[in-house]
Formats: sequence, C-alpha cells, structure tokens
Amino acid sequence: MEPVLEAEGLVKRFGDREALRGVSLSVAPGELVGVIGPNGAGKTTLLSILAGSQRPDEGEVSRSPGEVGWVPQQAALYGKLTVEENLRLFARLEKCPDVGAAVDGMLEQTQLGDRRHSPVAELSGGNRQRVNIAIGLLPDPPVLLLDEPSTALDPRQRERLWEFILALSKGGTAVIYSTHNVAEAERYASQLAVLADGERLFSGSPAELEQTVGTSDLDFEEAFVRFLHDQGH
Amino acid sequence: MRWLFLKDLTILRRSPLLVALLVIYPIVISVLIGFALSAGPDKPKVAFVNEVPASENIINLGGEEVDVSKYADQIFESIDPVRVSSREEALKKVEDGEVLGALIIPADITDKLDSGLGSAQVEVIYNAEDPLKRDLVRNTIKSQVQDANAALTKRFTELAIRDLNTVLQGGTINFPIRGDVDILGLQKSREVLEQARDELPEDSPARPEIERVIQFAGLADFGLDLFPPEKVLAAVGEPIQPKLTEVEGGRTPLDAFAVAIAVTVSLMFVTLLLAAGTLAAEREENAFLRLVRGLVSKTGLLVEKIGLAAFCSLVVTLLMMCGLALFVGLDFGRAGFWVIALAAGALAFGAMGVAIGALTREVRAASLLAFMISLPIAFLAIVPSGAVSPALYDVIRVVSALFPFKPTLAALDAAINDAGSLTTPLLHLAALVAAFSLAARLALRRFV
Repeated sequence: MEPVLEAEGLVKRFGDREALRGVSLSVAPGELVGVIGPNGAGKTTLLSILAGSQRPDEGEVSRSPGEVGWVPQQAALYGKLTVEENLRLFARLEKCPDVGAAVDGMLEQTQLGDRRHSPVAELSGGNRQRVNIAIGLLPDPPVLLLDEPSTALDPRQRERLWEFILALSKGGTAVIYSTHNVAEAERYASQLAVLADGERLFSGSPAELEQTVGTSDLDFEEAFVRFLHDQGH
Repeated sequence: MRWLFLKDLTILRRSPLLVALLVIYPIVISVLIGFALSAGPDKPKVAFVNEVPASENIINLGGEEVDVSKYADQIFESIDPVRVSSREEALKKVEDGEVLGALIIPADITDKLDSGLGSAQVEVIYNAEDPLKRDLVRNTIKSQVQDANAALTKRFTELAIRDLNTVLQGGTINFPIRGDVDILGLQKSREVLEQARDELPEDSPARPEIERVIQFAGLADFGLDLFPPEKVLAAVGEPIQPKLTEVEGGRTPLDAFAVAIAVTVSLMFVTLLLAAGTLAAEREENAFLRLVRGLVSKTGLLVEKIGLAAFCSLVVTLLMMCGLALFVGLDFGRAGFWVIALAAGALAFGAMGVAIGALTREVRAASLLAFMISLPIAFLAIVPSGAVSPALYDVIRVVSALFPFKPTLAALDAAINDAGSLTTPLLHLAALVAAFSLAARLALRRFV
C-alpha cells in the first residue's frame, strides 16, 4: 500500500543536544502508529516536525503542514469561545470550502452537538480533548498526529477517546500518536516506533517487539522495559 | 487575520473585568483630570479681622481719596476669609484648627498710609503644626500682600507723578492741613525771573543772584524733561521687570498639555496591555503553534495583535478626549489631527506591546512587564530640561526617544494644541513601529 506519510533521516538539534538522530518513518493509510519511549526520547519533537510546527535540521517529510492534522498535547483552544466558535474559527483559518458543513460534521463526529454553545472552559477534560482533535480533523487530513492524547483523562474518557480514534482509523485516516501509556500502545497501535535519546530503536508491531525481547513470561510493559534495557537505555 | 481579529474582539467582549480595566480606568482618569483642571485648588480658610472702622477705609493721598478696602479685597482672591471681630477670636480659631491662619488689619493702617511716612503693617498668624499647611498659608498671604502692595505703590506713584508735573508746569497741589495750594511751576518761575532780570539795570547787584535762580530753574526743567517723572518713578516702584520670552513652541496652555499627557498615558496603558496580553494569550491557550504552522504567518499574527490593540485604544482614547473636552476647551476642528496622532501613537505602542508579549509565555507576565516598563518611560519623557544635570538630561532624551511615549506626546500636543510640527513625531513613531515589530518578530523565533 502506498504510504500516506514518509519521514526520512530526521535530525533536530537544540544547541549541543541532538533531540532526533536520523529518525525515519513510513505510515500507511488507516494505520495506527504508536510512538513510545522514555522521557526526553524525542517523541514530541518528532510529532512537531511531522506537523510542520518545527523544522528539522536534516531530513525531510513527504507532506506539507497543511496536509497533516495536528493535535498538540495540551488543548489548543480558546476557553472563552464556545465549542462551535472554536471550530468555526479554525475552519475559516483552514479555509474549509463549506465552514458550516465542516463544523456540523465535526460536532456530529465528536458527539458534541449538545455542547456546541458551551464555552470550552466549561467542558470536561475529555470533551475538551475531543474538540482539540476535531480541530485537527477540520481540513480532513489523510494523517492525524496526536501528541499524548489521553494524558489527564480518566479511564472512561480515555475509552471514549480511543473509540473515536479507532473510528477515524477505520475510516482510512492514518493516526500517529505518542504516549507514555505502554498499554495503550500495545492495545491500539498497529505499528510501534520506539524512541530513546532521539534515536529510533524499533519499528514494528507490538507482538514483534515482544518477540525481539524473546521471553514469553513478561507482560508487554515488562518486555518494553527489558527491550530498552537491552538497548542500553 | 480578519477572523483572528474578530475572535479577539469576541474574547474581549466576554472578559468584563479586563474591559472594565481597559475602558473605565482611562475614562475615570480623564474625568479626574478634568475636574482637577477645571475646579482648581481649594482656597485655604483664613480668619480675617479688620480693625479699621468702615468710615476710615478712605485715605487722602495728595487730595485724592483712595479706598484701601479695595486693595484688601485682592487678598481674598486666594483665601477663603472667615470674618471674626477680634484678634483673640482669630487666634483661637487658628489654635483650634478651624482655620489655617489669620490675617489682622490693624486700626492704624489707614493713618500710616495717609501720612505717607513709613510702612503700614498687617499681622499674619498661622499654625506651624503642619509644614505643608504652614507654607501654603504663608506663601499665599505673602504673595497676595505683595500684590496689594504693588497696586498701592502704583497708585502712590501716579499721584507723585501728578504732583511732580505740577511742580514743573504749575497748578494746584493739596497739602495736609493747608489744603489746596497754587504752585507757579518751574517753567513759569523761570519766565517770571527772566522778565524781572530784563527789567533790572545792567549794573544791578541783584542781577547775578536772579541769574543763578534762573539757571537753577532751567536746569531743573531740563532735568525733568530729560528724565520724565513717570519713567523715573516707575523704575523706582518696579526696578526689575521680567521680560518673558518663550522659545521652542510653548503656545500650549497648561491644561491643554495636561490633556495631552493624560491621553498619552491612557493610550500607552491600553495599547501596551492589550498587545502584550493578547499575544501572550495565544501561547497561554496553546494556540500559538497551531496557528503559526500554516494557518497564519508569525508576521501576520503580530500585525493582527498590533492592529487590534491600536484599534481598541484609539476608540477608548477618542472617547476619553471627548470626555476631557467637557472640562477643557478643545478645538474639534482639529479632530482629524487627533485621530492621526492617536493612531500613530497606538501603532507604536502596539508594536512595543507585541515585543513585550513575544518575550513572555503568560498573560500575567506580559501585563506585569508592560506595566513595569511603561511607568518609567512615561516619567522620563516628562522630565523637563534643567531639572537634572545636562549630561543626565541627554541620557534621558536618548532613552525617551527609544520608546513611543515622548513622540506620541509631541504628536498629540501638536494635534490638539497646534504646537510644533506633527510630521516629525509621526516619522519618529513610524520608525519605532518598524523597530519594535522587528524585535517582536525576532523574539517569537525562540518559541518554535
């Protein structure tokens, strides 16, 4: 299948520190890619470069920022505006051909129609994240980037969020998400990209990661930790 | 950019506390300044005792009757007199704090003025408990007594000039006790003496004596002709006269300049806080990166924030000027110039505001920084030359030129009061808009 997004040899330096060291990635339509790794591994930097909000010092990304939906870790919304006003503003900035239809479509998709007139500041964390994602989906991108989307959500909100993301994936949208929650990576990702110290250590399915570690008596989280340890991290 | 502008206006509309601060605050300031300018300072309460009987207020100066009470009224122009009947009563009121001081006109004042010998005295009593009040009363009464003195001196001088001219040309002079006396006058005396001399025989022994008197009369006439009494006595009465020359514009009345300062201060606060705050808010709401990854350019975002802040502050300060116009006569015919000056100042402050906002991540930090920077630059911009050493003043001028307050004040002064060129401050402000916008654009680089 033709990849919907490709990144080749991405390098990012902050002063003397190399946040990314030649990371490459290839994502197919509808694929769910989980980017995992310890703190400071370069997950957010990778997603920021794929989103176009940062430029790599080396390497390139196959798609322009306008072709990629991006949902930053913290909800990038205006608290004093309502759900609908936020969606309408970004739909206009995204130059959606039919702003009204795009907004209504997103309200329906996120099941926030009954909260359309609520100020975002009054929404729960889960609903706010759904609006955050909806804004990332407004230009109807073939690829959606989610930076730790379930952080600060309770289990019920997290479950609803993943239902929403899985539905997107089934609809053909490729989703790349970073997470600290290894269980979420195992459960939902079709492909894992393991980063540590800016380097990509592994690319493959969760099952392949377990096979790489080579023991069957460990759960996935233990296998992941063992993998990092074996790789010197 | 239009949608961001409308978004910011909507957010402002839904932030009543912020709007209250940004709109009501300058309006309150303008009203306070207006009242202060139109009402003037309160007159200090001073107990007043006039021991001179009403019938003796008139003194006779060289046959002219002068009403002394007319000159005493001058003193009341700057004080609020509390009339009491005796010195003791006045003293008690001062001690009790009911009045700030007491002014006592003694009964013998008209006699002393009437005699023309020596100075008449008035007595001033004040409470020294509060140094500020003490100085206020002392300086006010001293100043007003000096004015009354000057007015009386002028009257005395006029009468003296009249009498000297009578001595020169002849006429009637009124003397105490003797009343009106006919004076021959130096000029006529000389003519009479010359006639008498001509009638004397050439060898008359009286002839040389008469000749000497004729010479004296001639010299006196010549001297008074050369140094006219009105000029000599005017010089004696007011030996030093200030000649007032204004340089560097200076046609602005104090109250109109105060309007320019009040409006500039408000323009500065509103624009700086809005520009810095709204830019910082984009990062505080985490929207900044989402916006600049292709939806809006960073330069476009800065232009939008500068425009928003300038537009809002222009509206607020125009309203403020209309409010101030109720108290101070402003020429509405120059309203077009007001708008130009306000717009230029607002854009410069807006550019400075986004430079501040670009340095900070939070609205609170941006607002605090804007507030902390604005107060010193406003203060420095109104330090007058001569108040500090020349070297320090040069430093202050350079520092003031780096910020928009001083050129905005100059532009507004020119726009409101037609004082000086409007073009120079506008060009200065345009340069500051470019410089601060560039600084803001560079500062934004560190957030990506």
